[in-house]
Amino acid sequence: MTKETGNEMTGASALVQALEHAGVDVMFGIPGGAILPAYDPIFDSKIRHILVRHEQGAGHAATGYAQATGRVGVCIATSGPGATNLVTPLADAQMDSVPIVAITGQVASGAIGTDAFQEADIRGITMPVTKHNFLVTDPSKIAGAIAEAFHIASTGRPGAVLVDIAKDALQMKTQFEYPKKIELRGYHPVMEPTAESVRDAARLIVESKQPVLYVGGGAIKSNSQKELLKLAELTGAPVVTTLMALGAFPDSHPQHLGMPGMHGTVAAVTALQKADLLITLGARFDDRVTGKLSSFAPNAKIIHADIDPAEIGKNRRADVALIGDLTRSIEALIPAIKAEYKKSQPDLTPWLNTVYGWRNRFPLGYDHPSDGLSPQYVIERIGKISGPDAIYVAGVGQHQMWASQFINYEKPRTWLNSGGLGTMGYAVPAAMGAKVGAPDKVVWAIDGDGCFQMTNQELVTCALNNIPIKVAVINNESLGMVRQWQTLFYNERYSNTQLHSKRIPDFAKLAEAMGCVGLTCDSKDDVDRTIAQAMEINDRPVVVDFSVHKDAMVWPMVAAGTSNDEIVNARSLAPIWDSQEL
Amino acid sequence: MSQSHPDAPTSTRSTSNSHTLSVLVENSPGVLARISALFSRRGYNIDSLAVGPTENPDFSKMTIVINVEDHALEQVIAQLDKLINVIDISQLDPVTSVQRELLLVKVSTDAKTRSQVLETVQLFRAKVVDVAQDAVTIEATGNTEKIQALLRVLEPYGIKELVQSGLVAMSRGLKPGSISEDQK
Repeated sequence: MTKETGNEMTGASALVQALEHAGVDVMFGIPGGAILPAYDPIFDSKIRHILVRHEQGAGHAATGYAQATGRVGVCIATSGPGATNLVTPLADAQMDSVPIVAITGQVASGAIGTDAFQEADIRGITMPVTKHNFLVTDPSKIAGAIAEAFHIASTGRPGAVLVDIAKDALQMKTQFEYPKKIELRGYHPVMEPTAESVRDAARLIVESKQPVLYVGGGAIKSNSQKELLKLAELTGAPVVTTLMALGAFPDSHPQHLGMPGMHGTVAAVTALQKADLLITLGARFDDRVTGKLSSFAPNAKIIHADIDPAEIGKNRRADVALIGDLTRSIEALIPAIKAEYKKSQPDLTPWLNTVYGWRNRFPLGYDHPSDGLSPQYVIERIGKISGPDAIYVAGVGQHQMWASQFINYEKPRTWLNSGGLGTMGYAVPAAMGAKVGAPDKVVWAIDGDGCFQMTNQELVTCALNNIPIKVAVINNESLGMVRQWQTLFYNERYSNTQLHSKRIPDFAKLAEAMGCVGLTCDSKDDVDRTIAQAMEINDRPVVVDFSVHKDAMVWPMVAAGTSNDEIVNARSLAPIWDSQEL
Repeated sequence: MSQSHPDAPTSTRSTSNSHTLSVLVENSPGVLARISALFSRRGYNIDSLAVGPTENPDFSKMTIVINVEDHALEQVIAQLDKLINVIDISQLDPVTSVQRELLLVKVSTDAKTRSQVLETVQLFRAKVVDVAQDAVTIEATGNTEKIQALLRVLEPYGIKELVQSGLVAMSRGLKPGSISEDQK
């Protein structure tokens, strides 16, 4: 290693020092040719580098770390295929507004554009799936780019940022200087809502007889749980939390109606449909929540609080927009509502009786099949036995929906999933990142057998790096959610959804081969004992292969593209409403 | 004998859904790609885009003409404003701004028609920049309506080739009314 005098050092050392200045304590990555100069100073750094087995795993691990801790997750990869393997996790993190920074090596600046070995235009490729990205070819610009990347990723609406650094910039000498203050001429997130918008929102709330608090992932990003609880209890309005917001408001709270959307509770979906006011807090009117947009909440006025001005009116016109940090918006709303209440306070009793009536009449439920294990039961028991302090990380599909429905979330950052992009394979690497960020917590990956086969190689990383996560493979031998759609919409023609994963692979043996404990369970009587056994193992990762009934379906369901009014709470069983409540 | 250029601007440009945005951006690599990728990804229709340096070498100015409903325009502006390299966006009203495009058009002429074409050139305060045996090349600047009108008059003679710049625009008076600043 070349000797460094004073502040002069290689670009690579400047990169690592900049990461240390940014407060990074861990990063997930794999070295390769173009990023190799950076790995030399990484060898000496106090930053823990976790060597993953696939760059996609590094990206999702950074995301899981960020979602569990609220800090910026970091992943690092080489040029070309290393960088392109990060595209999925970058898109995933960006869609769910998770702050991550990806660092990639690039071929030497002179070779850029020549189709050099392992060259890919990763800045161009990731432009549409990142909040911002950089290509750095000048070593003196590395530290500044890192500082800006962390600033952009973690402020405003959080997101994914990529910093691509040419190999020669890593090798050349430069003076290290980490900017004390970051000034970006084109980036000024608005933090405080205007007084006028707060007053208008408070008036709408006081005028409303049928309000609903529609809470999205922004409540978790902004750490708004205390303020949200105050607002909910002040107004008495029923609360729904979206898939990205589970845990922002306690599931056990009497005002909670559950999750809205395609697989939401009848009460949550219907309350949105019948509301006269949606107090939208850090949510974005996603199609999985609204169903057919033109028929969504047809009589509701909209208060839309979001830090991203581009979300206002994107899908649904807002009557009042509160642009700013969600916690500050709620803090501003509370006294404004109290002031309005001095003049008049609405009586929500009839509305609350109606919505709580729906909740009582249409609870979530499932059947125990006569000839197999119910997947919902397995997931419910994992939640009950592990409790509200554990972190639950789901893949994508039926098991994800059941995990959102049958585990009770009481605290923020205990439920991690890929909501926007719907990335199968998210669970194992994201659980790894979550466990690294929160080593004292029990971390369960609730995965499907399809998802698990996409990214399970990171269990090797977990086994070798003392990251003892627990994985429940909800094994129904099929791509279950796709199969459910084939059952419902394709005449039970199961084209390419049969995985045969009770025979191949043997997940317990696979787990053992990767240095984990492998357990199996296929009967209801063994579920609690198997979960308890998994809970006792804390020196290694555990994989439990739960062999479950393949015909179980996720209910309720609003079929894609249809109105939320057409919610079906069990197969061929639409809720029957009393005429007076519609 | 000849026909107008297939990509010749159509009258949609001057409909009420046409909006002119003046976008101040950082003069850094990839900015044009970011903006065009945003328009492409979100399905916004660009009528024209012109980009060039400004009085400050750190910035470039883009004039973007888009054809969207008013509601979508707010989205376009909000999405553009999210790009880190975008400093400022203003919407330019045709009345309170100067809007110009440049046209080069090669028109078929013969001994009979040449003088008529030259007369048209004079009427439109355009100029002839090249003369050949069977054609003249005309340069014209003006707002969209003037350029369209000129083309309509020239079309019967036979347009052999046509090239047009995007619209460039600037607000009249001292300072433009900035949209993104207003939002803050």
